[in-house]
Amino acid sequence: MDKFTTHSGTAVPLRHSNVDTDQIIPAVYLKRVTRTGFHDGLFAAWRSDPDFVLNRPEHDGATVLVAGPDFGTGSSREHAVWALQDYGFRVVLSPRFGDIFRGNAGKSGLLAARVDESFVTALWDAVERDPSTPITVDLDQRIVRAGTESDAISAPFEIDDYTRWRLLEGLDDIAITLDHEAEIASYERNRPTWKPATLPARTSAE
Amino acid sequence: MGVTLAEKLWASHVVRSAPGEPDLLFIDLHLVHEVTSPQAFDGLRLAGRGVRRTDLTLATEDHNIPTLDVERPIADPVSRTQVETLRRNCEEFGVRLHPLGDLDQGIVHVVGPQLGLTQPGTTVVCGDSHTSTHGAFGALAFGIGTSEVEHVLATQTLPQQRPKTMAVTVNGRLPEGVSAKDLVLTLIATVGTGGGQGYVVEYRGEAIRALSMEARMTICNMSIEWGAKAGLIAPDETTFDYVRGRPHAPRGAEWDAALAYWKTLVTDDDAEFDREVVLDSNEMAPFVTWGTNPGQGVPLSASVPAPEDFDDPHAQASARRALDYMDLQPGTSMRDIAVDTVFLGSCTNGRIEDLRAAAKVIEGRAVAPDTRMLVVPGSARVRLQAESEGLDVVFKAAGAEWRGAGCSMCLGMNPDQLTPGERSASTSNRNFEGRQGKGGRTHLVSPEVAAATAVLGHLGSTADLPATA
Repeated sequence: MDKFTTHSGTAVPLRHSNVDTDQIIPAVYLKRVTRTGFHDGLFAAWRSDPDFVLNRPEHDGATVLVAGPDFGTGSSREHAVWALQDYGFRVVLSPRFGDIFRGNAGKSGLLAARVDESFVTALWDAVERDPSTPITVDLDQRIVRAGTESDAISAPFEIDDYTRWRLLEGLDDIAITLDHEAEIASYERNRPTWKPATLPARTSAE
Repeated sequence: MGVTLAEKLWASHVVRSAPGEPDLLFIDLHLVHEVTSPQAFDGLRLAGRGVRRTDLTLATEDHNIPTLDVERPIADPVSRTQVETLRRNCEEFGVRLHPLGDLDQGIVHVVGPQLGLTQPGTTVVCGDSHTSTHGAFGALAFGIGTSEVEHVLATQTLPQQRPKTMAVTVNGRLPEGVSAKDLVLTLIATVGTGGGQGYVVEYRGEAIRALSMEARMTICNMSIEWGAKAGLIAPDETTFDYVRGRPHAPRGAEWDAALAYWKTLVTDDDAEFDREVVLDSNEMAPFVTWGTNPGQGVPLSASVPAPEDFDDPHAQASARRALDYMDLQPGTSMRDIAVDTVFLGSCTNGRIEDLRAAAKVIEGRAVAPDTRMLVVPGSARVRLQAESEGLDVVFKAAGAEWRGAGCSMCLGMNPDQLTPGERSASTSNRNFEGRQGKGGRTHLVSPEVAAATAVLGHLGSTADLPATA
């Protein structure tokens, strides 16, 4: 995973709450076995509407998605994170995320940052007034800034310490865990024997 | 001070705990399916890693498989590749797989309990948000993403932030004709789709205790639909009776040891939850959704609400959008909504009791002329059980389609999809825009309401049906 420290780009204002992962990428796009190439599935149903915000030319090249509360609810599909990344997003700002989506984002290097609802509204207004409004997301300082000098606005964002640290360092979770292999092995040795096991396989026919 | 059941389950699975880090939890059972695993197995290969505990891992094919002509090769080449990829990965890594055509194939959340692998006191994960189903056994069970699937395959553990705890106490008894599905839809409409976020929820109270294991699974299954990390129910005699004698249940002295432990899995009397919600089930009624998230529901006897009925501006905007998508007018009686397709199945309501409940309603009646009904058992075993009881004959005689096992129209990944504008009454868990097919419109209902709706051609309950001859 690449290190994430600070990101600057323009934003897309997504004035929706309760954006579930079925909207972010519909199930028919989940048949692929690769980890990339999901950009065409991103908001596939909504993008068939030419007026959908992502289709507007003034938001071409935007890398920060600003969404209403409860973004990424529903299905656990990590494809939702991959589709956002494949499309070019590096950051999603929302007052509240679905738990699994937020976890998936952290694992894949997409910054899912919780900001106050009032700040989301302010960002929507600013970006709709001027789509070229520069947004800077500083993970080290946990702060989002938007606009330039006189009309700049900024607000802190929330992300858990551990995810922040892993993103800053670009660390792979599995490697970190395997450093504690001895502790896993010790736990396994003390596990009761009556705990279920899938092997040897038993079926209802027996 | 005492501790909650969720905290006991958590504490007994901590492999490592250190300040500033999430706890590292041991995973007792990892369920795998074709859609969220291929990239995880690829990741293992790239890093030269294996599956640490194949004996705690089980795979089945469910999301992306057809429910017709299951003996023939899968027609869609992309779907076929995904299913074949799972088969190759399981072969290469030594993972037990129940493929299409196998007697133990089915929806992963139906298969685990059926085999007796889902047991009280365990941690269960799967790359699927409805893993919360297994919490019905007093297990800590939650859905994970593909990166986490890879993590569990490689290490049999997961780093997890400790969640908060919530109690949902449901007092009273559900009236006749009101099911667990109605209960959980009522709950979600009450607390909102984000109400459970960050919490592990324990369902308790008289109404919960009175539920069968399968009904409890329906409740826990929908925990994710109001944002909860997991939902669980303390195990009791109902639980032990269900597990006893299943293929992977402990036997002999092991059973005695397991049972002694399982009986300790209760929330202590003096334990405190971070949040408590109390509901009364005595007045509950058949409950259906009108909108595009599972919280947008009303009693069947009510009407479609207007956006102005909501105080919160987001709820208003969401309602406006949902009414437009669903093509509904405020004030329309829910019973006047005509339905094209009825779907009976899914990990929410695809078990034998669900099929029995629906068959009881539809027996001796016929599916309305302009309505189709799909019956998709949750597993191959459920299908066989239903056939041994003659339920397939009941459904087919009424004009319903009797299908093979899988997720099917719940998520519309396989050919079982709604067409644009088509309206369904579905016993599944999500009424999101396009969930059952692009442009499709979904009303979430219980199995009983689904069956009555199929007969009437519009939303309705058993009470609305004319008597059979």
